[in-house]
Amino acid sequence: MAVETPTKPPRSGDDYRAGRERPDGRGGEFWSWLFMRISAIVLLFLAVGHVLIMHIPAGGVSRVDFSFVATRWDNPLWRTWDWMLLTLALIHGINGLRVITLDYVRKPGLRVALNFTYYVLGFALFVLGTIIVVTFDKAKWGL
Amino acid sequence: MAKKRDYTTLYKGHEGQWSWVAHRVTGVAVILFLFAHIVDTAVIGWGPNAYDRVMQAYENPIVRLMELGLVAAVLYHAINGIRIMIVDFWPKTADRQKQLFYGSMAVFLAAMIPITIIMGKQALDLL
Repeated sequence: MAVETPTKPPRSGDDYRAGRERPDGRGGEFWSWLFMRISAIVLLFLAVGHVLIMHIPAGGVSRVDFSFVATRWDNPLWRTWDWMLLTLALIHGINGLRVITLDYVRKPGLRVALNFTYYVLGFALFVLGTIIVVTFDKAKWGL
Repeated sequence: MAKKRDYTTLYKGHEGQWSWVAHRVTGVAVILFLFAHIVDTAVIGWGPNAYDRVMQAYENPIVRLMELGLVAAVLYHAINGIRIMIVDFWPKTADRQKQLFYGSMAVFLAAMIPITIIMGKQALDLL
């Protein structure tokens, strides 16, 4: 009996298909599949917008220093943008790592250990990023 | 008799499967950068001296070329992701998979031309 993998092998005539096939039914893997697509549509704006805004205008990343971020975060819209990007990119990325791990790692113990590591790391970074985005106060630094 | 192509790669799915491999590679690259980027941004909570010192790490032409690679990875993942969703939600477009693939790669490459020029100049300015 083969180990279950979330990505089914391509069928004949399906040579140009690129995405994970939609899981049958309405179980966890279906909602994971759907979440990846819904979050992807939001991340198209949040993530692509973020990398272009940070790299393309004159000065690029050289503009980014403490006062740049402090001024930017005066506007709650940018704090909201950055917090949504943090949250959605982390869940989307960690779910991606989980799916890849289920495809390539066959030992059940190692699978569980790797996925547990992703969840712990992702949760810790979510908490760290959320605390910083929500509580940052430039007045604390005399600005 | 076995043909030569029977011994090539595991991935025999033509453009579709190669783009799928690239989707995974770019996705992993972006999440690994995100892990580091959340930490480097969080340093802002420790004040201007600490944050500006961390941001100095980006003032390096090699790092800037890696940033260009990051932007390319995000854009590829985004544009290939749009193509995946088009086929997922409008299954009839699967009949035009090849055109969709080459069309999306054309959009990606066209976007990368000005981005490479702009970010390449920024990297050269640091030399």
